Amino acid sequence: MSVAFFIIALLTLLSAVAAMTLRNLIHCALALAFTFAGLAAAYLQLGAQFVGFVQLLVYVGAVAILIVFAVLLTRGREPATQGIFSPKWPVGAAVALGVFGTLAGLLLSSRVLHHEAAAIAQAPVRQIGEQLMTHYIVPLEVLGVLLTAALIGAVILAMHERESDSPPPSKT
Amino acid sequence: MNVGLGHYLVVSALLFALGLFGVIARRNLLVIYMSLELMLNAANLALVAFSRFTNNLDGQILVFFVITVAAAEVSVGLALIVALYRKRRSAHVEDLTAMKL
Repeated sequence: MSVAFFIIALLTLLSAVAAMTLRNLIHCALALAFTFAGLAAAYLQLGAQFVGFVQLLVYVGAVAILIVFAVLLTRGREPATQGIFSPKWPVGAAVALGVFGTLAGLLLSSRVLHHEAAAIAQAPVRQIGEQLMTHYIVPLEVLGVLLTAALIGAVILAMHERESDSPPPSKT
Repeated sequence: MNVGLGHYLVVSALLFALGLFGVIARRNLLVIYMSLELMLNAANLALVAFSRFTNNLDGQILVFFVITVAAAEVSVGLALIVALYRKRRSAHVEDLTAMKL
């Protein structure tokens, strides 16, 4: 179990670093898809089949493809003369290091680490379904409304193009 | 060496810090957007790990909700970025200063 964990964690972190530092946006998107797949593997290794497969379907299947489409629609190329990081990137690095230090310090000093892995519950997918249909039914319905609203909003935003206020599309 | 809750939480914190660095330091809107997704996923990993090590399924249900909200965010956010690019012909944050005083 531990070897598998370290391989998954290493691949996930390396591809996340690649997604944050590469210049070509298509490479960034593919590295990010790899990170999502690694996280799905971590979920499966943790015994969370439902969440693992949802992660595979939603993130690796849909979100990565959508991001690739958006990159292609926006001519995803950084100009070669400029850096990919903003001029104040050391501030960002310092903030990120500070956040990580705080999180790690709190984690290592907390008592929560002494939990042993509990036995995996039988048929957790069925339990999740029952919980969703009974205890969490109101949030589930609200999520349905939210998804519908997001769908309509995305269509309206992406459709909004009149000939008067937009330059004609180039033929290339 | 036994893999415990702390290992997963450290990986989650590392992913979160990487995503935060990407949000602050990168110049392209799309990469900033990918970094946001990475931060959401880091939080999800922590939730699943807690759910596993405390034998409580509520964490996984919360992750399901987070993934759904993230999917809604993806659709609206990418539509916004594409619409902005159509108007401004740029996806860099320095070029989007119309609201700056």
